[in-house]
Amino acid sequence: MSVKRDSLSVGLAVGAAGVAFGAVAVADHFSVAQACFLSFVLFSGASQFSLVAVMSAGGSPLSAIVTGAFLGGRNGLYGVRMAQILKLKGAKRALAAQITIDESTGVAIAQTNLEDQKTAFWYTGFGVFAFWNLFTLIGALGAKAIGDTSAWGLDVASPAIFCAVLFPRLKERRLFFTGLLAFIWALSITEFVPAGVPIISTVVIAAIVGWR
Amino acid sequence: MSSQWIAVIVTSLLCYAIKYIGHAIPEIWLAHPRVQRITNLIPIVLLSALVAMQAFTTKTKFVVDHRLAGITFAIAALSAKLPFPVVVVGAMATSAIVYRLKI
Repeated sequence: MSVKRDSLSVGLAVGAAGVAFGAVAVADHFSVAQACFLSFVLFSGASQFSLVAVMSAGGSPLSAIVTGAFLGGRNGLYGVRMAQILKLKGAKRALAAQITIDESTGVAIAQTNLEDQKTAFWYTGFGVFAFWNLFTLIGALGAKAIGDTSAWGLDVASPAIFCAVLFPRLKERRLFFTGLLAFIWALSITEFVPAGVPIISTVVIAAIVGWR
Repeated sequence: MSSQWIAVIVTSLLCYAIKYIGHAIPEIWLAHPRVQRITNLIPIVLLSALVAMQAFTTKTKFVVDHRLAGITFAIAALSAKLPFPVVVVGAMATSAIVYRLKI
């Protein structure tokens, strides 16, 4: 019982951040329909925010697509992990794939038995999905009423969320310094290359550091 | 169709395909330690670069402004293990206050 309650409360807490996505997307000149489409079909916060960020900074659609897809890459790894627990085929697998994200996988693998793992995956996944979509719509409509987005702190909503996603991943020194290197690299080249390139080019840093 | 819609639709479909492929492929394909290390590092470098761009640039130009206050709050709040909504809303409020005071 408490697995369901815990899963749904994660769903509400994380889904509520959808209000920031909807608002940031509309503030960055995406339509309400585009914001809602992204939350429904793409449904992966980091990829959604990055797509909006790269396009609004003047980056090409290609660099926005590649950055978004690379950030979605970890969901593929979660899928490999969850497939072993869920053992699904056909339509159920297609449905499970859509809700395979940080939170559903995280809450699921934190459980101690197989039944709870399955319950946690579905309840967290659908909980986040439902609230994320609802709050995206609210945020997108709300942003239309806001004039100067800086005056409401909207311009730091997405980097603050990225910091929160990054923070637990930087515990190891090697990971921290790799992140720091990417941060410095991106700022060093931003004035000399097209928008979007400072971000996507850091994949090379990941490949070099991870090689050995 | 606008380039925005193209980016929205293509990224959405690619990201779904990645999720689905994860569920469908044999685990052994991703078992190599090098593949694991690199795939583990990719979100870290991309998110770090995204924070850099979104907090410290305006249209590809390096800028330090009110956003620094917001990000500083976020990092302090995360270090203090405050809950996620407090981190985000607090960062937004800090940044907005500094912006409005025109510091």
